[in-house]
Amino acid sequence: MYLDHAATTPMRPEVVAAMEPFSSDVFGNSSGIHAVSRKAKNALEEARERAAAVIGARPLEIVFTSGGTESDNLALKGAVFNPTPRRGVVTAATEHEAILETADFLKRIGMPVTIAAVDGEGRVPPGEVAAAVSGDTAVVSVMLVNNETGTVQPVAEIARAVKEADPEVLVHSDAVQGFNSMEIDVDELGVDLLSLSGHKFGGPKGCGLLYVREGTSLEPVQHGGGQELGRRSGTHDVAAAVGLATAMELAAAERGRFREEIAAVRDAFRSLIRENFEDAVPNTPAAGSSPHHLNIRFPGVSNQILLMRLDQAGISASAGSACQSGAATVSHVLEAMGLSPDEARECVRFTFGWTSSGDEAEVAAKTVVDLAGELR
Amino acid sequence: MKALVAMSGGVDSSVAAGLMKERGHEVIGVTLKLWSGPGGEAPTAGCCTVSDAEDARRVAGQLDVPYYVLDYTEEFGGGVVERFVSDYASGRTPNPCIECNRTVKFDALLSNLDDFDCDVLVTGHHARIEMGDDGRPVLLRGRDADKDQSYVLSMLGRAQLARLRFPVGDLTKTQVRAVAAELGLRTAGKPESMDICFVGRRDYRSFLRDRAPHAFAPGTIVDTDGRRLGDHDGVAGFTIGQRRGLGVATGEPRYVVDIDPDTATVVVGTRDRLGVSALQLSAISWVAEPAMGAVTAQYRAHGEAVGATLEGPTLIFDTPQEAVAPGQTVSFYRGDEVLGGGLIAAAVA
Repeated sequence: MYLDHAATTPMRPEVVAAMEPFSSDVFGNSSGIHAVSRKAKNALEEARERAAAVIGARPLEIVFTSGGTESDNLALKGAVFNPTPRRGVVTAATEHEAILETADFLKRIGMPVTIAAVDGEGRVPPGEVAAAVSGDTAVVSVMLVNNETGTVQPVAEIARAVKEADPEVLVHSDAVQGFNSMEIDVDELGVDLLSLSGHKFGGPKGCGLLYVREGTSLEPVQHGGGQELGRRSGTHDVAAAVGLATAMELAAAERGRFREEIAAVRDAFRSLIRENFEDAVPNTPAAGSSPHHLNIRFPGVSNQILLMRLDQAGISASAGSACQSGAATVSHVLEAMGLSPDEARECVRFTFGWTSSGDEAEVAAKTVVDLAGELR
Repeated sequence: MKALVAMSGGVDSSVAAGLMKERGHEVIGVTLKLWSGPGGEAPTAGCCTVSDAEDARRVAGQLDVPYYVLDYTEEFGGGVVERFVSDYASGRTPNPCIECNRTVKFDALLSNLDDFDCDVLVTGHHARIEMGDDGRPVLLRGRDADKDQSYVLSMLGRAQLARLRFPVGDLTKTQVRAVAAELGLRTAGKPESMDICFVGRRDYRSFLRDRAPHAFAPGTIVDTDGRRLGDHDGVAGFTIGQRRGLGVATGEPRYVVDIDPDTATVVVGTRDRLGVSALQLSAISWVAEPAMGAVTAQYRAHGEAVGATLEGPTLIFDTPQEAVAPGQTVSFYRGDEVLGGGLIAAAVA
């Protein structure tokens, strides 16, 4: 049973089918002048239009990237290194490593970086973000949905507060984990930059996009042949772009089902665990969280041993973050929410997705309770 | 039987896993992540490096067994590394690999075998466990005398041995490599690691300098009559019996014969001052029953076992030994059988 959909989720068959021609017949380099290239170029631009339409953007505001991490890097570094004199970054303590490590790099080379604290549910108050903005701030970055806990951040409010404090500041949101369940319209969110990653919602790995509001000045991270209006050089992966756009349309059409059916699966799973392991403490907030995350603490249970035993029992889950070696590390997200390192080592993340079913979740919950009870 | 195999990424533990699988047991491979640098990075040299974990993962893949990396950096950093640093700072010469076996590898894995839902813990140590006459397990030296690792296992007790397996202990290193090649394991020709895993290829003194600057209070080097011969920049840089790098010019070879951390004094003397006739031991443990009287004793990882007599916490050598450093482990034997071990608290001239 696969309960790690926030790590990655299976590709949708329609996506696989849509990509197929670009792995064989339509092989052209989209930047050439001849017919073979034109065929690829047309497919690429059609994918761009479709992707833009899903998030209420204009086609040329879409920059295809290799995924969420690259999009986040481009958003932050691009805003800091652009020709405007502003150099600062404001972000939050529970952001993904793609943001926090990029911010840390910028700090190491002398850029002013402010990391806003979060409350016990992992939420960052809009007022605090706005208060951290100064005349030197280039970009504010707050994620839409936290990858470990599912906590939804008030991105629209934050964008409003920041723009009120200083309209020159760019607002970025890593929306990688929010796309499955939340209606995303870049104008309603009020963001200038927004990251998405294809494989989190049924698209292929190694593709994503950065939405860049028209008129936003962004220095590229990857220089070269000038693809993507110079914002991201490198020969296009047309198959990936087509797969991404297809997955975006399918996932967007299924958001209602996510918010109802998948939420019901998650809620039933959570209830079964809490009824049968009464000490279990959810870290995922009861209100204001994504419908498919459940991060939960089993006091007295080592998460790495529980995850190992679950894997032996055929259940794939995670501790939220893992290092290169695959070892569970103490979660910076849970620590920022006030958990001690020892408590963080008792937390497991279960995430549901488009292939999850209620029956499966019921069986899984029983196994989780049995094993956690045994290890306590 | 379900076996938890501690895989370091070396050839011995690869073969241990392979043999258990061949014998029809259910195998789960684990690598312990024990150490990370200040930025969380894995060490790049020594026995627990990034590429070693990758080798272990690939071998587990070849054997088609589940494989996990478990994080014990906290236990290792708090227990083993702190102890290593504080031992050197107090003039002792620690053996971190033994401390790691005792407080991390065996403690974390062996005492939690039920949690892992496994019956036995398997490692790639060159040592043997056999049934004694009373039907209870005894610990023996490995078949390959050159590779024998029983010295670092002498802290084990019978209850632990009952749930441990050392499948390569019956093989010579050459045979181990042959089995690895037969099984097609990628580690068959992998060279052995000799580095202390958390220190890596750098000098352990520079590691200590970073971690325990207090142990690098300058002091004096004196001869056995108390005459000042020179200065040094910290007692942690010295080991009993050390000859090189003393920085003092004398007519004949001088060796470190004593270290006094309280006054930061290093005493050097001629070779005859290194003689040790007996050892005061602490933290003595027994594999089975406490033993007294004649034994053979090994006080270095790759040293010979020498004749000695145990009298309570005192070990009296049959003939005086040279340069025995406090902080090191002594293992006691009768023939190939490991009786137990202890830590050297003090050496008696």
